[in-house]
Amino acid sequence: MSSDGKRHLAVIPGAPPAADEWPDVPGESPKATASRRQFLRSAVGVAAAGLMASCGKIDMEDFLRKQFREMTPEDKQRLIARLERKYSEKFHQPVHVSTVGPRPGVEFGYGLDLSRCIGCRRCVYACVKENNQSRDPQVHWIRVLEMDKEHGVDLAHSNMYYDADEVPRPGHFYMPVQCQQCRNAPCVKVCPVKATWQEPDGIVVIDYDRCVGCRCCVAACPYGARHFNWGAPQVPDEQLNPVTHYLGNRPRPKGVVEKCTFCIQRTREGRYPACVEICPVGARKFGNLLDPTSEIRYLIEHKRVFVFKEELNTQPRFYYFYAT
Amino acid sequence: MALRRSVIGIGAGVALAAAVLWGVALHAPPARGNPPGPPEARPVEPPLAAAPGDEIETPPPPFSEGIFPCTRCHKPGPDFDDGRRELGDPHDKIKFEHDAEHRWCLDCHNGEQRDHLRLASGQLIDFGESYKLCGQCHGDKYRDWRAGIHGKRTGRWDGHKKYLLCVNCHNPHSPHFRPIHPEPAPKRPEMIR
Repeated sequence: MSSDGKRHLAVIPGAPPAADEWPDVPGESPKATASRRQFLRSAVGVAAAGLMASCGKIDMEDFLRKQFREMTPEDKQRLIARLERKYSEKFHQPVHVSTVGPRPGVEFGYGLDLSRCIGCRRCVYACVKENNQSRDPQVHWIRVLEMDKEHGVDLAHSNMYYDADEVPRPGHFYMPVQCQQCRNAPCVKVCPVKATWQEPDGIVVIDYDRCVGCRCCVAACPYGARHFNWGAPQVPDEQLNPVTHYLGNRPRPKGVVEKCTFCIQRTREGRYPACVEICPVGARKFGNLLDPTSEIRYLIEHKRVFVFKEELNTQPRFYYFYAT
Repeated sequence: MALRRSVIGIGAGVALAAAVLWGVALHAPPARGNPPGPPEARPVEPPLAAAPGDEIETPPPPFSEGIFPCTRCHKPGPDFDDGRRELGDPHDKIKFEHDAEHRWCLDCHNGEQRDHLRLASGQLIDFGESYKLCGQCHGDKYRDWRAGIHGKRTGRWDGHKKYLLCVNCHNPHSPHFRPIHPEPAPKRPEMIR
């Protein structure tokens, strides 16, 4: 890179001459070589045109743009304007995309009361609605595991496909699992293109424009919290939540990974995540880990708390607890 | 949603407790030469997310349609029947399953003036402050509720919060949480095309 920020091709002394300057290959007539050259040229041209066509309307600015974290505010503004235009056209309504950053002095933490959860799955569907997950093919960021009281927290005796007329079912308890927003996140480490990272407020986010869909992170996550869009996500226009965040619930394309972001579009504005607000038994708690007067700090200091799969040293910010 | 505001004297409570502790610390005789005994149990005041002086919003209590004010039917006065009996209309729907063996209506409802509830001390309180009544027996839940652990809070994690009253989730006459129908199970991966 030169100082003016533009790329220049270096001219290397002694480098091979450009293709046109190659001497003709002995034994081949100049005419035959010329025709091969012409053929290759046209073939490359056709292939490039085909590639562009197959990608649909691809914006070169999108294609060559900087990593989101390196963008200046002006860059972001331009990008957001483009995205908002695109989504508003697609969903036939004004869609807002926020880029609100983390607040200093805030680290989010989440508490889930296993002695209260009744396994009603209200959180699962509130999350789908808030975060514009694909309705078909179905994508859920929260899974509610039904476990036997007899066995305790034991994945070998858990079932996420339970169906019942009424919950809680006798002899069972329920353990919702979603992204644990690990401090030592395996998914972040394995990403080969740095499309996922941890924000200063602790939220592990994905840049869907950078994700190449290799699914290494899906394999690395011990909580099954990352979900791949195998098909083009389908969200009906009237069900879209138009209040979105660039790193959160904005519409995703096919072929990228997505995950819980503690409802980044809500929590960075000071609101509670959608799953906290919907929970009919108040089992879900949320707050700032750095604020000693917050609910989350109170429960960590006063209740029986555990983190899921502690032995893996992922150091989650998601605390399961028993209030009684 | 029209929410009635009720101020809970949290700030004052915390300040008072702090002042008492401070006073004790100032006037305690210097423990010199004594062998260190077991640490004294200190009153633990839970930290509360609301800053002193903050208001906490609670919704109005969920009355049955047309049931309040009670004094429309129960005329205030010292003559009332405190006997255990079969309840008639309009209270015949009440299924009393709240330690029914030991309790009866007027343990919590005030006999002379029915628009109020009555604490064990005899103090009258509004229906909007019913949590104080529940907290007389369920002290651990009351403590957790005030700290935002028991029950549901909405509003903002960084500021103004709304609490639900105990009676918004628990029917005071039959407080056990009713089972509910769950939302549909997720599709199995093999069913997703």
